[in-house]
Amino acid sequence: MSLFSFFKRNTSAPVARERLQVLLAHERTIVGGGESDLVAILREEIMAVIAKHMSVPQDNVQIKMDRGASVSTLEVDIEIPTDIAAGMRPAA
Amino acid sequence: MAKVLVVTSGKGGVGKTTSTAALGAALAQSGKKVAVVDFDVGLRNLDLIMGAERRVVFDLINVVKGDAKLDQALIRDKRIETLFLLPASQTRDKDNLTEEGVERVINGLREKFDWIICDSPAGIERGATLAMRHADVAVVVTNPEVSSIRDSDRIIGLLDSKTEKAENGEQVEKHLLLTRYDNARAQRGEILKVEDVLEILSIPLLAIIPESTEVLRSSNLGAPVTLGSPNSAPARAYLDAVRKLQGETVVEVQKQRGLFSKLFSRRAA
Repeated sequence: MSLFSFFKRNTSAPVARERLQVLLAHERTIVGGGESDLVAILREEIMAVIAKHMSVPQDNVQIKMDRGASVSTLEVDIEIPTDIAAGMRPAA
Repeated sequence: MAKVLVVTSGKGGVGKTTSTAALGAALAQSGKKVAVVDFDVGLRNLDLIMGAERRVVFDLINVVKGDAKLDQALIRDKRIETLFLLPASQTRDKDNLTEEGVERVINGLREKFDWIICDSPAGIERGATLAMRHADVAVVVTNPEVSSIRDSDRIIGLLDSKTEKAENGEQVEKHLLLTRYDNARAQRGEILKVEDVLEILSIPLLAIIPESTEVLRSSNLGAPVTLGSPNSAPARAYLDAVRKLQGETVVEVQKQRGLFSKLFSRRAA
């Protein structure tokens, strides 16, 4: 048993490898203009565009980003109040 | 055409300055005209590693500020005719290192040299971003250690976003230099293996510099290891690295060393 543990000891490298892989996968999306920044900027700019044409409360605009392995989706959900929607006419 | 190479790492103490001196000397040994530039303003050390600490009159900040001409500040190596050092300033405020000033110095050096090797300070602050700003090639120095690998990952991110090449939609050519590598310990699972580091950082390998007493010995003597101990394992690795940087394909000889040669090399070291 003690001989077995002698050979087992010190194999810390696989743990280091796993910790790094998890950590860096996370950090690469956040650090350096990552996800959180991007979504915040997108939200602000989309709000500005909408504000040009109608007044929609901040809370009615939802932006969500999902990062998948092969496909990432950007979901923009804008809820338009009924009084504004009633006044809208189809373009030309 | 002149090439600007930055030696960078994120974490301190991994061997940036030692590697700058060794790569610079090795390139000069192959006949190229080389300038090594110390960007670590306030904490200069490249002059010491190169054995030129007592010959510094003017420095990088003097040239940036226009107090001295490039030719006055460049120190010619006593051993190799084509190797020059532009030392960092020891005392002056590092804010004197301006973006325009650095650009002027780099452009001046491009006219005179084949290779300009910039020794970056550690960290991700202005000094480090200025050192990598004009790079065509980057050598990311990493130890097989978690903190060093994480910081290298940050630096690779910066190389892809904060350099002149990145801003022009091009890419800085990136290479990994794995230093202080002990193959026996890696085989025992005590430290990360080369393959693990390469998989995590996913940039091509330039060279593995084995852990060796020769590196410190050369530093003590003020000689780049490729000059101070040219037949040692680290020196040969740096010389191979330089051949790769110049576009040669270097076939790595997988040495199966017997017990006898292991014992012999240990005694010789």
